[in-house]
Amino acid sequence: MKLEAMFLLFLGAFFGLVGLVYWFWSYEDGGTMMLAGTAALGFLPGSYYYFWHRRMGKRVEDRDDASIEEGAGVIESFPSTSIWPFVLGMGAFLTVLSLVFGIWLIFLGIPLILSALTGVTAESRRGGHV
Amino acid sequence: MTDVIAPPSPVIETEAPELHLPPESGGHDHTPHGHDHGGHEAHGPSGILKWLTSTDHKVIGLSYMITSIVMFYLAGIMALLIRLQLTSPHSSLLTFGQYNELFTMHGSLMLYLFAGPFAFGGLANFIVPLQIGAPDMAFPRLNALSYWLYLGGSITMLMGFLVAGGAASFGWVAYAPLSSATSSPGAGGDLWIMALALTGFSAIFTGVNLVGTIFYLRAPGMTMFRMPIFTWNMLVTGILILIAFPVLTAALIMLFADRHFGTHIYTAVGCHLVSGATTASCGSPLLWQNLFWFFGHPEVYILALPFFGIVTEVLPVFSRKPVFGYKGMVFATMGIAALSTGVWAHHMFTTGAVLLPFFSFLSLLIAVPTGIKFFNWIGTMWRGQLKFNTPMLFCIGFLFAFLMGGVTGIMLAAPPIDFATHDTYFVVAHFHQVLFGTAVFAGFAGLYYWYPKMFGRMLRDSLGKWHFWLMFIGFWVTFMPQYVVGLLGMPRRVASYPSDLGWQSYNIVSTVGAFIIAASFAVLLANFVISWRNPIPAGNNPWDAHTLEWFTTSPPPHHNYTHLPPIRSERPTWDYNHPDDLTVPHGKDAHPKAKVTSA
Repeated sequence: MKLEAMFLLFLGAFFGLVGLVYWFWSYEDGGTMMLAGTAALGFLPGSYYYFWHRRMGKRVEDRDDASIEEGAGVIESFPSTSIWPFVLGMGAFLTVLSLVFGIWLIFLGIPLILSALTGVTAESRRGGHV
Repeated sequence: MTDVIAPPSPVIETEAPELHLPPESGGHDHTPHGHDHGGHEAHGPSGILKWLTSTDHKVIGLSYMITSIVMFYLAGIMALLIRLQLTSPHSSLLTFGQYNELFTMHGSLMLYLFAGPFAFGGLANFIVPLQIGAPDMAFPRLNALSYWLYLGGSITMLMGFLVAGGAASFGWVAYAPLSSATSSPGAGGDLWIMALALTGFSAIFTGVNLVGTIFYLRAPGMTMFRMPIFTWNMLVTGILILIAFPVLTAALIMLFADRHFGTHIYTAVGCHLVSGATTASCGSPLLWQNLFWFFGHPEVYILALPFFGIVTEVLPVFSRKPVFGYKGMVFATMGIAALSTGVWAHHMFTTGAVLLPFFSFLSLLIAVPTGIKFFNWIGTMWRGQLKFNTPMLFCIGFLFAFLMGGVTGIMLAAPPIDFATHDTYFVVAHFHQVLFGTAVFAGFAGLYYWYPKMFGRMLRDSLGKWHFWLMFIGFWVTFMPQYVVGLLGMPRRVASYPSDLGWQSYNIVSTVGAFIIAASFAVLLANFVISWRNPIPAGNNPWDAHTLEWFTTSPPPHHNYTHLPPIRSERPTWDYNHPDDLTVPHGKDAHPKAKVTSA
């Protein structure tokens, strides 16, 4: 996790530096804000990963001498097939179309979004599918 | 025989599926076991319901690729119509309005709906988990949602052709105030905005998924500096997506507000003069350009880096050598990505409102890491045992095409040259050579290279070579005249031009080239059909390739692996298959060769 953290922290430091140079050279606030936001995008997750690196130490995927069997056990819980991403996607599709073709479409889109959010949450809790 | 260690064996579940690694080595068999390849989806839905409900990264990746290639063909047809219009100075094939719609939608489809989704939605989705030994993407349902948002966005954009007033016609960059409701009324522009909002969210979710997968789901021993370069490039691309796309999405929402809610964020309408100066609340068209290009220039590298990764995978395999300068490649990728986010305003030199030396210097600096990549690509081929199969030919074509586009890019990074050539066909030729070189040459190199892994069958190499040579010739015939006609002064985005300036002959040659390219893609279609109807089985590793994805079956089983080899270098499959020619480790991250067990 250390390399991942350093990668993001470097990103933050680079854009912090570029942002400073840009600000003191141009005094242009729009571009400086975007560079500052980019620096924050590096610092925030980078600090988070570094915190976890300090707590966790090296994982098996961080060690060059790790063997496959050291990763034995549960890797992760993966969802089975699910209809809800499709329902959510179609809900979002109809909702944005409502902004173009008329608000009536929102009465199709929002229920789909709500049912998908409910469905995917229930599916996660219960572990079922389709 | 090298010891094959425990697979991440998929567990058949009907609910609460979890993926387990067995505690001990699963066996000593080179070939992954054939049982239970289907995982839980083997018991799930089939047919169209399987497609609608699948959260398998391979199904989603293929869906992305098929959809994006359809978009590519549609955009290609639009390009042919554009080229036909320009064969004569005052052609009546298209009205000016239709021409504007076509070049807008051609650019939008190619950039937003083909090049990016094909790379980070299609190839990366399919290949990255395989390359790092992961069973799936980190967030499979989010991954599926990304695809459905992308499909919805694609349909939304194409719907523009069906509404009164036609599709969006303000160019793929939608400059304000041309994109305002006053200058571009009608539903076409709104559909364009909504399509990009949907695909923008889709891209952001994919970026999250890529970064999460690469950070958290690597197999034991797959350290960061053992990841294949393609995976490295997709990690950097994922972070670039997270930097760039939220800015675009926010900018689009504000554009929509300007068009419909009476705001004046990008228009100067409603400004009041107070003591001779405009008030602070006054809108600015330049704000759109700043926001758009803060997305747009990283976007160029979001479109390029995945394809650089493909080339870096293909060249070593067909040179039968490890990649030359592995870490140099990684740092060059990071350098390109970092610099690309600080050069957005080099697209705005002629506005007179940007800091020329800052943006020019950073733009020129990008040539350094890009040059390192070129050097390493050549170094990889140097004294290799070159095999000129179709993927290799496409990669070599990429090197020539991208070099030309890159060199003219360095020219355009110099403000005096940019002032002279801005908005001319010189710029059109430049960015087509960059993007065609990457997304098309390298993209189809990747398709030919990984097609056997995806489908378990080969594309015909002879037809692939016909495809390549037609495309290669067509590419140069199409775009070289555009440089010349640009230097002669022909502006971009014009449907007619004066007949006495000598531009027509260049345009005719360019159109001929475009049709040669179109013929090459007819060959590709024929190759798909022939290879599908008369399949040649591919086997697990038809190219004797290096990286982990070639260790599993073709196509891979659900959850990808039943066995994994020891991972002791960036070429685990090569090391496993060639124990007498183990990869020489690099740096302190490397594991001593002697510790790689072999039987």
